[in-house]
Amino acid sequence: MAQRIRLQIARYRPEQESEATFDEYEVPYTKEMAVLDGLNFVKDRLDGTLAYRWSCRMGICGSCGMTVNGEPKLTCATFLGDYAPGPLRVEPLRNFPVIRDLIVDIGDFMRKLVRVKPWIVRSAEKPIAGGEYLQTPEQLEEYKPFSMCINCMLCYSACPIYGLDPKFIGPAAIALAQRYNLDNRDEGSADRMEVLSEHEGIWGCTFVGECTKVCPKHVDPAGAIQRYKLTAAIDSMKAFFAPRGA
Amino acid sequence: MEQTHTYGDTPYHPRWLRRRVSTYWWLWKPAYLRFILREGSCMFVGWFTVYLLLLLAALLEGPLAYELFLAWSATPAVLIVNVVTLGFVVFHAITFFQAAPQAMVVRLGRARVAPQTVLLGHYAGWVVVSAVVAFFLLGA
Ligand code: SF4
Ligand code: FES
Repeated sequence: MAQRIRLQIARYRPEQESEATFDEYEVPYTKEMAVLDGLNFVKDRLDGTLAYRWSCRMGICGSCGMTVNGEPKLTCATFLGDYAPGPLRVEPLRNFPVIRDLIVDIGDFMRKLVRVKPWIVRSAEKPIAGGEYLQTPEQLEEYKPFSMCINCMLCYSACPIYGLDPKFIGPAAIALAQRYNLDNRDEGSADRMEVLSEHEGIWGCTFVGECTKVCPKHVDPAGAIQRYKLTAAIDSMKAFFAPRGA
Repeated sequence: MEQTHTYGDTPYHPRWLRRRVSTYWWLWKPAYLRFILREGSCMFVGWFTVYLLLLLAALLEGPLAYELFLAWSATPAVLIVNVVTLGFVVFHAITFFQAAPQAMVVRLGRARVAPQTVLLGHYAGWVVVSAVVAFFLLGA
């Protein structure tokens, strides 16, 4: 028999109200039901006006991130049973403007992401006849963890630096820059360093470390940023002691 | 209306809800509190360096200055400040060591050295340096 749990869901209806409020719903659940299933139950049976994003319901698309009992979570990978007997609070991700109910605008991240050139940069492409760019398993392993990012924004939501200084380029954008920097086919690390060595780049991070803790894909953005700082420091030392063209 | 929160590169939109970060955000999670403690306590780390420089200056000046420095260090106020400083410096050392395996990727041949080993290496280094210092202090 299904048990029941109460959900307190943050609502924001811009045409009616200027602040967020909470609506409470009771939903039945079984142990395999995720928070997202609870929201779907509300939308299908109780209140069709509830707005939220989701797609894959399996931790791949990165669109279902919300704040569950104060913690940023993928709602498709967070189980109702773990919060029994409730009530459970579901709010939009922190640090982003809310468009409606549980939907936030992540345009800021999308614009920052482009700045770090998250693609393979080559000064010259080899001709097709030259064949593919081969890579050893070790070379793949170098950047693979960083390539697992699903842009879910849990890390931005957990980062107090981003909350206080929204110009900070942020954890996932830096992790994704590292994903390409550490790829042996890429030649764009100098371009990225220009963006990331700015004050709002890697040096904005003061290593709170929460981004790594909340990341559902074990990307370790905090690690990416600290590694980058080391690289940047070594680079500037080199430039200082052995200036090119001097 | 005055805009309190710009959200980086997000254009102003009259209907979007912009929530302000609470002044007490650092009380939300123990990790945030630890972070603020670390940031705030850098004053003590700074003091630690200043104290060390004062000690060196006294040493250079001669035995009398050194004696005076020691007497001053034994006054309750300086003692209390230094005990608190020691606590924070150890806290900084530990959090720094914790960060080290995340910042450094050490390789032996083709294999990556396990993060725990990097961490242990740092602690081992600490023990060795402390032992050398203790040897000079106690052996002398
Ligand atoms: S780094 Fe992790 S938490 Fe951040 S967006 Fe990528 S997958 Fe999500
Ligand atoms: S619905 Fe796709 S990650 Fe949760």
